Amino acid sequence: MTAALLRQTPLPDPFRTGIAGGWKVIDASALKADLTLETDIAIVGTGAGGGTAAEILSAAGLSVVMIEEGPLATSSDFHMLEREAYPQLYQESAARKTRDKAINILQGRCVGGGTTVNWTSSFRTPSTTLAHWSREFGIAGFTETDLAPWFERVERRLNITQWQVAPNENNDALRRGAQALGIPVATIRRNVKGCWNIGYCGVGCPTNAKQSMLVTAIPEALSNGATLLTRTRAWTLDHSGGHVTALNCVGLDAHGTDPGPRRIVVRAKTFIAAGGAIGTPALLLRSAAPDPAAIVGRRTFLHPTVVSAALMPHSVDGYAGAPQTVYSDHFLDSLPVDGPIGYKLEAPPLHPVLVATTLCGDGAAHARWMRELPRMQVLIALMRDGFHAQSEGGTVSLQGDRTPSLDYPLNDYFWDGARRALATMAEIQFAAGATTVMPVHVSGESYANWSQARSAIAALPLKPLATPVVSAHVMGGCPLGSDPMRAAADLDGRYHHLDNLYVFDGSLFPTSIGANPQLSIYGIVARLASALAQRLVPTRMALHD
Amino acid sequence: MPDSTTSPRISRRTLLKAGIAGGAALLLARWLYTSTTASQSTPPPSGALDGHARAIVGAIAPVMLAGALPAGDPVLLQELVAGVEQAIAGLPLAVRKEVGQLFALLSFSPTRVLIAGVWSPWHEAAPASIGAFLDRWRDSRLALLRSAYGALHQLVFAAWYGNPHAWPAIGYAGPPSLEVG
Repeated sequence: MTAALLRQTPLPDPFRTGIAGGWKVIDASALKADLTLETDIAIVGTGAGGGTAAEILSAAGLSVVMIEEGPLATSSDFHMLEREAYPQLYQESAARKTRDKAINILQGRCVGGGTTVNWTSSFRTPSTTLAHWSREFGIAGFTETDLAPWFERVERRLNITQWQVAPNENNDALRRGAQALGIPVATIRRNVKGCWNIGYCGVGCPTNAKQSMLVTAIPEALSNGATLLTRTRAWTLDHSGGHVTALNCVGLDAHGTDPGPRRIVVRAKTFIAAGGAIGTPALLLRSAAPDPAAIVGRRTFLHPTVVSAALMPHSVDGYAGAPQTVYSDHFLDSLPVDGPIGYKLEAPPLHPVLVATTLCGDGAAHARWMRELPRMQVLIALMRDGFHAQSEGGTVSLQGDRTPSLDYPLNDYFWDGARRALATMAEIQFAAGATTVMPVHVSGESYANWSQARSAIAALPLKPLATPVVSAHVMGGCPLGSDPMRAAADLDGRYHHLDNLYVFDGSLFPTSIGANPQLSIYGIVARLASALAQRLVPTRMALHD
Repeated sequence: MPDSTTSPRISRRTLLKAGIAGGAALLLARWLYTSTTASQSTPPPSGALDGHARAIVGAIAPVMLAGALPAGDPVLLQELVAGVEQAIAGLPLAVRKEVGQLFALLSFSPTRVLIAGVWSPWHEAAPASIGAFLDRWRDSRLALLRSAYGALHQLVFAAWYGNPHAWPAIGYAGPPSLEVG
């Protein structure tokens, strides 16, 4: 590696400044002794849910301890290099897999969680999704109107606004191709402020333009006196008589993967599980939390995603520029929500490792495609899972070492959607001017025109581990609902069977969202955490008015 | 222009034979691996590949990366093997154990012959024979073998294309400079 690549940027790093100013941040891998902390609120996880909750509850005057399994990495550490960022910032080096290895899951594991590494796409929870929750799961009070003020609040907080800059060519090809076919597209809103449009959101924003939890809510919570524990794995909750008394944590080793020698106990009045839709169910399962209807960890959703690669006659440079700015919901909106699986169309960033590990095959054929990286254009189709009897999602369970594993079988209902999506994407890519389209599949076949692609895709033998399926959105497993026989948490987010445990993350969702979920988590958790603050410190909140 | 004429054509009969033999051998290898490692009280240090595993990566990677990794450059190959080790080091213990099982299976001669179909030791194996092994696993009817191919694929391609030396050939200039002024 050259020195130039490793250089420190001269840009400001407010997080490091904050630590120098006295923020309480403890790296458990460096602890010399075990630790016990007492606090009003213990929050497991610092992603969209945990970060939002930490800001709101600390602002209400409550003492807060945040527990994060990953390391603290800030803008000075973000060198825009995949080989540094994936091991540092992602679960399992960005290679987390479902049990049969058929789905690769991109999930954050660092301070800020997924918000530190996501591609900034911000969508309110679609009204069709909320209507389905109301109709099928009896979830009251979560209509578009009920949630609108909360979305408005977090959109202001995180500067979620329409992206005004022209899309990069990878996204513009989606716009152009879809419009040529009469398929409506729209511009994605992004949580950025002063974005340099360089395109490295997925490996940690080096300029602090992305308004992730790392640069917004967590600094605010720390300024309010909260404590942040890093490289600290929340392991079990002690509970008796329907009440949680303590959270037992394991300090990880300096490498951040294995348990180290230190144990940390956090005693709190209120506990919040926000470790994401794999981590939260795993914590509850390890803790033997009462779960009479065996709900925890079931119905876990992924927006399983298939990929189509194309070559354009001109340069695309899909590694440069805001990664996701154009989308189409046509294949969600034009289908009944509980019918055949629908999909959202987007374009992904095209960095070398991400592309090389996603393209199938090896040897000369793979090398030829990689040499075309500058002309490569890629579309992805994210399946809206969880809305149909044949789309029950996956199940989180514990392995022998009590770490979680997600079993997510891919069935014919899914593959039907995958086949339609591969055809849609190929047609759009040809309409945008592609000279070659390759549905990403182990056969590695590529096609020179739409009619050729259409008949080939119709006959493509789609199956696990032959058709790459990826996911960047893990949801469900501790669903919201008033009926304890059907839901894990009540409509306040409180776990039905433990009176001081709240679930404040994407595991609350009874289905997938049908859109990139970060704004859904921010908005819903902002509401639940504000209500919790109101109940815990009513006088203080009243004084603020 | 990319094409896929290199895709092998394996007869159904060969596949069936490989499937049955493969299934049996895999069970054998698992049993052997479990019985020889069960007594170990501590797992291997994170990421450290033993000499056998390094030899396997050193043999497989140039074939997987034919046309990408410059042939006959021992330094680049060394960097690649180190990159694979680094990638493995970032995985949780349970996954590192699975990767360890995979390399144990590939380095144990009977299973190397039976399941991988590679007759010579890895450092002597002809690229064509390694290529045929990779094709068989990639196109196997057994999901387990396809997943093993997937693991090798992900490790090798991540290690190579994460390396700045790989970038000039693919027209990627690397990250932009953020120097101000």
